[in-house]
Amino acid sequence: MSDNHEAPNGAPVSARLGIWAFLATELLLFGALFTAYAQFRITHAELFHQEHLKLNRVLGALNTLVLLTSSLTIAIGIAAIRRGLQKLLKVCLSLTLALACGFLFIKYLEWSHDFHMGWFPRTNLFFGLYFMMTGLHGLHVLAGMGVMIWLLYKAQRGSFSAEYNTPVEITGLYWHFVDLVWIYLFPLLYLIG
Amino acid sequence: MADHPNTSLPEDRGYLSEHGFRSWALTMDHKRIGVMYIWTTLGFFVVAGILALLLRLKLLVPGPALFSDHTYNVLFTMHGAMMIFLFIIPAIPSALGNFFIPLLIGCRDVAFPRLNLFSYWIFVAGIAVTVGTLAAPMDTGWTFYTPYSAQTSAAVTALSFGLFLIGMSSILTGLNFIVTIHTMRAPGMGWYRMPLFIWAMYATSVIQVLSTPVIGITFLLLAAERVFGIGFFDPAKGGDPLLFQHFFWFYSHPVVYVMILPAMGIVSEVVPVFARKPIFGYKAIAYSALAIALIGFLVWGHHMFVSGMSTVAGVIFSFLTFFVAVPTGMKIFNWIATLYKGSITFESPMLYALSFIFLFIIGGLTGLFLGALATDVHVHDTYFLVAHFHYTMMGGTVMGLFAGLHYWFPKMTGRMFNETWAKSAWWLVVSGFNVTFFPMFILGMQGMPRRYAEYPAKYQALNVVATVGSWFLALGVIIMFANFIKSLRNGPLAPDNPWRGLTLEWQTTSPPPEENFHEIPTVTDWPYGYGSRNEAPRE
Repeated sequence: MSDNHEAPNGAPVSARLGIWAFLATELLLFGALFTAYAQFRITHAELFHQEHLKLNRVLGALNTLVLLTSSLTIAIGIAAIRRGLQKLLKVCLSLTLALACGFLFIKYLEWSHDFHMGWFPRTNLFFGLYFMMTGLHGLHVLAGMGVMIWLLYKAQRGSFSAEYNTPVEITGLYWHFVDLVWIYLFPLLYLIG
Repeated sequence: MADHPNTSLPEDRGYLSEHGFRSWALTMDHKRIGVMYIWTTLGFFVVAGILALLLRLKLLVPGPALFSDHTYNVLFTMHGAMMIFLFIIPAIPSALGNFFIPLLIGCRDVAFPRLNLFSYWIFVAGIAVTVGTLAAPMDTGWTFYTPYSAQTSAAVTALSFGLFLIGMSSILTGLNFIVTIHTMRAPGMGWYRMPLFIWAMYATSVIQVLSTPVIGITFLLLAAERVFGIGFFDPAKGGDPLLFQHFFWFYSHPVVYVMILPAMGIVSEVVPVFARKPIFGYKAIAYSALAIALIGFLVWGHHMFVSGMSTVAGVIFSFLTFFVAVPTGMKIFNWIATLYKGSITFESPMLYALSFIFLFIIGGLTGLFLGALATDVHVHDTYFLVAHFHYTMMGGTVMGLFAGLHYWFPKMTGRMFNETWAKSAWWLVVSGFNVTFFPMFILGMQGMPRRYAEYPAKYQALNVVATVGSWFLALGVIIMFANFIKSLRNGPLAPDNPWRGLTLEWQTTSPPPEENFHEIPTVTDWPYGYGSRNEAPRE
């Protein structure tokens, strides 16, 4: 008896189950970092408060906006290809890629400012966590961009249609997850009361 | 088995028909990938086993002997790390699981065959990096505790990377199995018609998927600690070495269930076949696997009773540790109830399965001594722990693995092994095992600490006993492997169903064709109707 009946329109159950299980591992990967954050924020409350003031809230907020918008564009892309709109999918993937580049560029500006000011991972526990968490998140953004370039290449060759769009859908789920991690990172690192 | 065994090369070699490097290295056939895992993991079992023999040989005398104390530290680190990460974690899930999950649920392959091949090759890449670190040998113990592991000149950073890759392989394999079990079962196979090995592998995969990322990030943090000089685990920089231990055991305790659950699954398959009785308490065994997986996530603190933990936390972890013994005990009672009034025969798979039950009872119960707060203070970090661990892992998992290897050897290779030699090997393995490890319980109670290169002379007698036992154990394993290798070349051809099993893998040919089944079977009943309906005729 198979649970693998085709979903109404979209990815088969196996692909969906696979990506959700993968996202569960990602959650635990970041979970340990959040645990470390919780512990050190309790034991070093004063340090965390002082150091977080050094981060640029405006750039952080801007990046939140950029990444949220990219989640919107890829969601529109999925809705588009489900209706068979190949051209709109390509536009949406390109926009998502551009926004991801924008996110990393802003991150680059922030990090180079930090390095210029002499704030490194070894500086203290707050910056150690800041660089580890945003760094690991940045790697996930990069990985997502790699996948989207591949999707764009496939879309260019007309591989996706209303009937077959599994890779687009599961990449979308991954991208929303990456977005979600940032939504937690932003207040925890930039907006400590 | 036929009276005049036919040992000539059969015409149909099934999935083994193709030859050559590429036919293996680039295969997406779950059976071939399983076979590659078997060779890889057993290879490291031999290497790490030789290291163990060297360690035991040195411990024959209390004082300095054979090699330096530093070499001793390196050897026990390598023995532990290889046995755990390169052998016992992947040995049953990745090897036998890969081969038999699709066969037992009646499908043609796993859900993501390409991902499966990828898992194998990142496992190999991880091994390459890990073995490469021998250039600056590791002396941290397999637990890599900070702050020492953050400071030592050994190649901890590279090793972290290697183990990260191996962990990734483990995650992807688990993910693949979860999806396979959910979506690829044969028509008619509802959840309660699944073989218990599948339930066990499902629980195992859940643990692999949910716990391995935590050790992944722990290794990344350890590497970052060394490369960037972050102080997460360094008290001098405000960090906390206990945090490392929490992270480490959040993975490394659940992972002992990754090691033991598949072995329990094998025992659940073997016992009813050789007792010719339906398994007793099917649902209890199935759900106890999930219960072990769940509770197993909540007991990691018992590794840290003496490293600084509040009494309240200690009491809670101690309680949960006792609690996880309940589903384990349920399994054991169910196996024993299955044996009750059965028509038991003692072929080699059954002998190993019964050894599992016997030895795991000892290993499991002594685990409760260690899980009790007050006793643990007395016996932690002594040979008592070494004995307990080896009774569960070698007496448990490895006996389960040996049971599975003998049980499924005819199916995997299409040939029978020599039963007389298999039984001789079993006598040596089980008696050698007990002679090696039982004295360690006594040594531990007497206070002999583990991981020390030298020891006071009063402990020598029992150490000599243990070392001599290790030789018998080794001889038994050598005979078993020699028997396998010889049978692989010229053993008699195996019938499709030598043990008269009812699970689906016995309904296809030995060895199975590349597509597993010429026609996908339809399941109409659970697979344990021994001695009643569905009984296959005696050959």
